[in-house]
Amino acid sequence: MTEYQPLLQLSGISKTFADNTVLDALDLTIYDGEFLTLLGPSGCGKTTVLRIIAGFEQEDCGSVMLDQQNLSVLKAEQRPVNTVFQSYALFPHMTVYENVAFGLKMHKVAKAEINTRVDEALRMVRLDSFAQRKPHQLSGGQQQRVAIARAVVNRPRLLLLDESLSALDYKLRQEMQIELKRLQRQLNITFVYVTHDQEEALSMSDRIVVLNKGKVQQIGTPREIYENPANLFVARFIGEINQFDGHVVRRIDNDHVEVIAEGADWVVKTDYPFAANDKVHVLLRPEDVRLTKPDLALNTVHVEGQIYECNYKGKTLDSYIRLASGTKVIASEFFDEDDPDFDYRLEQKVALQWTTGWEVVLPYEDAN
Amino acid sequence: MKMQINQFRFWAIGLATSWLALFVLVPSLMVLVTSFLTRDPDFLIRFEFSLDGWRSVFDPSFISLLWDSLSMALITASICLAIAYPFVMCLMSLPSKWRPIILFLLIVPFWTNSLVRIYAIQYLLGKKGLINDAMLGIGLIDKPLDLLYTPFAVIFGLSYILLPFMILPIYSAMEKLDLRLLDAAKDLGANAAQRLWRITLPLTLPGIVAGSLMVILPAMGMFFVADLLGGSKHALLGNVIKNQFIQTRDWPFGAALSVLMILLLSFMLWLYYRATKLSNRQGGINDSDF
Repeated sequence: MTEYQPLLQLSGISKTFADNTVLDALDLTIYDGEFLTLLGPSGCGKTTVLRIIAGFEQEDCGSVMLDQQNLSVLKAEQRPVNTVFQSYALFPHMTVYENVAFGLKMHKVAKAEINTRVDEALRMVRLDSFAQRKPHQLSGGQQQRVAIARAVVNRPRLLLLDESLSALDYKLRQEMQIELKRLQRQLNITFVYVTHDQEEALSMSDRIVVLNKGKVQQIGTPREIYENPANLFVARFIGEINQFDGHVVRRIDNDHVEVIAEGADWVVKTDYPFAANDKVHVLLRPEDVRLTKPDLALNTVHVEGQIYECNYKGKTLDSYIRLASGTKVIASEFFDEDDPDFDYRLEQKVALQWTTGWEVVLPYEDAN
Repeated sequence: MKMQINQFRFWAIGLATSWLALFVLVPSLMVLVTSFLTRDPDFLIRFEFSLDGWRSVFDPSFISLLWDSLSMALITASICLAIAYPFVMCLMSLPSKWRPIILFLLIVPFWTNSLVRIYAIQYLLGKKGLINDAMLGIGLIDKPLDLLYTPFAVIFGLSYILLPFMILPIYSAMEKLDLRLLDAAKDLGANAAQRLWRITLPLTLPGIVAGSLMVILPAMGMFFVADLLGGSKHALLGNVIKNQFIQTRDWPFGAALSVLMILLLSFMLWLYYRATKLSNRQGGINDSDF
């Protein structure tokens, strides 16, 4: 991210609705030109962040700075920021052209320039031939694209997208994801995208901000978030993950500690300064788990369990394993047609293995 | 079962249709026919084709009367609109649990007969009425103003009686307005005045037109308001029609005037239809595509 300059700085933003604290002293820096996603479950405050940036809500305390300019003192209509609404909010009594031209008209742009810019924006979202239609004559995906054109035509410093794809069906959503990324690269406008869909967040973003209960849980690239979740919430919210609880026996070297979990000695890699007897969570993605026959795993670190459910997914085979302690584990393996041992029987005993270093070790969290 | 539903449908629709035919269509046709008949001093009308009734309609002296009545109705509608629209906008800014209560308070005076309320206005505006008394009392004027029996009094009375008919359609249109559109307009740089002019007004236009319709037509017909507040000078179309049937006994002319009023109503309904079509409220994801 070093090539980017900070564009928008939120510091110490708090917001309370009635007695409900939605944002709690939130700090966030958004860099110029990045595609940032605010990700979290519903009610985590992500939409409120967006509405505060846009100026629809006033923060209780904290500051919103855009390029050294204090946004908090500006009304929504004065901010160099545009929003693509979840409901699109297209003006039903105006044509597509009038909708897209609206912002430019409000800013008193010359007529000839409005014309060229609206045409250009409509071409960009491939709706140039629909300029004279009314919104209700368009499909959902087309309305979505009008909403995007209506926002980007103003060349905002920051484009805010509020769950903008959630109303589309799966296939259209996939297409629009690619379209959005293309637009973002082409326009070089900073996008702040709000979603609760972690898959969408992973595939589109330069950086993801994971929010929960009004607090930032983790900020990082999709890869950092997925591979090195900062806490249990992030680990569980993004993708699926297996969780083992244990405690540290001893430190082996700078990067490795020995852990006892599920009745076995595990050597795990970690950056945390764990000491002996610290309680820990060891987390493992289903696709990082390898299953073998117990007798083949005798000399390596492994845990034994019994398969209680198999789920054929096409690309992968998901096996559900119950360990001796009762812990349930999911292993997701790519199908290998040439492997005669691959298909598991229910109730079959298997050994779970993984490559040391692929696991994530987190300090024990009380709440869980 | 299906038979029963079909039978029910037949009788329900049949009954409503016959009712309308018997009590709306037939009388209207009778009025239309009457307007083309000849006046008769003994039997009111004679079954003999004549255009006298319609000729009187296009008589210059009558056209100026019609114009007076229409302009009074238009002024009334404008006054009602000027009060109702800001009123509804204030109403919308109140918490939604308060709104029905306020609308209810608006309706309460209607439980009193409008004739009684017009008498009350007569008392209010008279030479020794409350307003003149009060203004004399505080020394604002030295002799009573002529408020009663003026066009002002008629318009005052009409506006008072008809205001709720403007408020209710506008309220119902405003309630359907998608507030997210106002957020979107704000986001695109529209200030409060621009939002009102470009979003709220066009999208509540059907309510404005419906309200105006419901004010203008009665405002031309409520003859008792003109009788009691305007004296004999400031007649409405309704007074003229009433006089043709009851006093002058020129039924063909009265019928022609009634037909004229129906035509006026049809024209305004057409305007309403155009207004609703213009502001197609469909938009965003609540669309038929989903």
